[in-house]
Amino acid sequence: MRWVGDLKPVRRLRTRPFRPIRGFGGGAPEDGTGRGGGGESRRATPARGALLRWTVLAAAVAAWQLTTRTHDSVYFPPPAEIARHTHDLWFSGPATHAFLTPEATDNILPSLARMATGFALAAATGIALGTALGRSRRAYALCNPVLQFARAIPPPALVPVFVVIFDFGTQMQLASIVFSAIWPVLINTAEGARNIDPLRLEVAAVLRLTTTERLWLLLLPSALPRIFAGLRLSLSLSLILMVFSELLPGTANGIGFTLTDAQSRSDLLTVWAVLVLLGALGYVLNTGLLAVEKRLLGRGRPT
Amino acid sequence: MLRLDSLGQRYGDHPVLRDITLTVPDGQLLCVVGPSGCGKSTLLRTIAGLLPTREGAVSIDGEPVTGVPDRLAVVFQDYGRSLFPWLSVRENVALPLRRRGLGRAERRSEAERMLEQVGLHGAGRRHPWQLSGGMQQRVAIARALVCRPSLLLMDEPFGSLDAQTREDLEDLLLDVHRAEGTTIVFVTHDIDESVYVGDRVVVLSAGPGARVVLDLPVALPGKRDQIGTRGLPEFVALRAEVGRAVRG
Repeated sequence: MRWVGDLKPVRRLRTRPFRPIRGFGGGAPEDGTGRGGGGESRRATPARGALLRWTVLAAAVAAWQLTTRTHDSVYFPPPAEIARHTHDLWFSGPATHAFLTPEATDNILPSLARMATGFALAAATGIALGTALGRSRRAYALCNPVLQFARAIPPPALVPVFVVIFDFGTQMQLASIVFSAIWPVLINTAEGARNIDPLRLEVAAVLRLTTTERLWLLLLPSALPRIFAGLRLSLSLSLILMVFSELLPGTANGIGFTLTDAQSRSDLLTVWAVLVLLGALGYVLNTGLLAVEKRLLGRGRPT
Repeated sequence: MLRLDSLGQRYGDHPVLRDITLTVPDGQLLCVVGPSGCGKSTLLRTIAGLLPTREGAVSIDGEPVTGVPDRLAVVFQDYGRSLFPWLSVRENVALPLRRRGLGRAERRSEAERMLEQVGLHGAGRRHPWQLSGGMQQRVAIARALVCRPSLLLMDEPFGSLDAQTREDLEDLLLDVHRAEGTTIVFVTHDIDESVYVGDRVVVLSAGPGARVVLDLPVALPGKRDQIGTRGLPEFVALRAEVGRAVRG
């Protein structure tokens, strides 16, 4: 086999001008630079969408404020009052503590730490096991009924089991979060790893990629959309189980603890504040995960 | 030198290829033509070591093919699926260089050099799905050529491109072949294309159990060009002969 010089004769193709195909009024440019225009009108749409969404949210809060003001019930405090209470309770601390009060650092932060640890453990184990399962047809067939069974159990029902095994405390809470959040990410990862385009596997074989290269360059990127679908479900389960495990007796701190504590003292304003906080947390965490997904998957990438 | 020795291939009880014996000397551009579904792709996958040989033998330079051979590259028809959309164009082209133990910078410059040669200068940082079909197939060709294969297999590589792009890429292939002297097995169902690009055309019969029904050297005068060559009486005669063989 010869390799002659540096392929001078081929170079001339680079400069071949684009000629439209007769009768079709032009084809795709082959020059490697042309990209569709028209970004101006497309950019206006998301801004308008965001404005509309915020308007609807503001209208809902205004309606809430108006209704609660007119009825003046102790069970349904107006949102302005909840907001003020939320601020006083958690966010009126000194600037050196990022405006967090001791109440916040003692309850919100431990809760978030437990949730993050549980979610991270579930995600890492789920992705690893899911990839392994998805690559072996036999392992998948054997384990699938078990997985479907495990997934079908309502997660909070598992908590009493872990209470018995670990007694009350952080271990029990972490176990509850991990064993609930692991299933969606595991099952989705296995599905993603199982459905890799056979042609791409042939390409990997022809390129003689090593097992590690195949994992990082083909399997994981192929499965990534499914992995993220699983991660989103797992994240919301982590939040649910974090709060639920803290509602049980024997917990000394946490957002769930604040909730039951306020309820036992008939402090409805704090109960409402916790609910609003949980809603906001769920929203922020999900938005964060979506941003990570968008960053990793890229815009407009086909699967 | 690629040798197929009474090669047979079957899926279960269904025979696909029967008694195929061919010798492809180094540097030849062999076109394999046949009616669709006759087993052309199966033949290519067997040569590539992607399918185990059922009967007979495939050997490259005297070495029997058992797995994917060293210094082999394949270009598939479906460029959209064969390229990795999560990698940039440059990263796609650099993929085969990992085996050669090159550093990151070297892989990168080799890939850029190859992209320039297939007419895609400056497209390295983009992603395959941002390019037109013809450009994507150029990327796939660059990826196949980047580690200077001694045997290049092409499975209907231009089958899903428009006529103009297809002609441009046929000429690109001929230029590369002339410069590199790579042995190429080019599978197509297009009779015109097989005569235009091939040094030699082999026609397979319709399945099941396809055999070689015509083995024809293509001796066309001068450098080939899309308008002139296709108008030559020799070209027309060869095309008619291949056409008759394909129709049985």
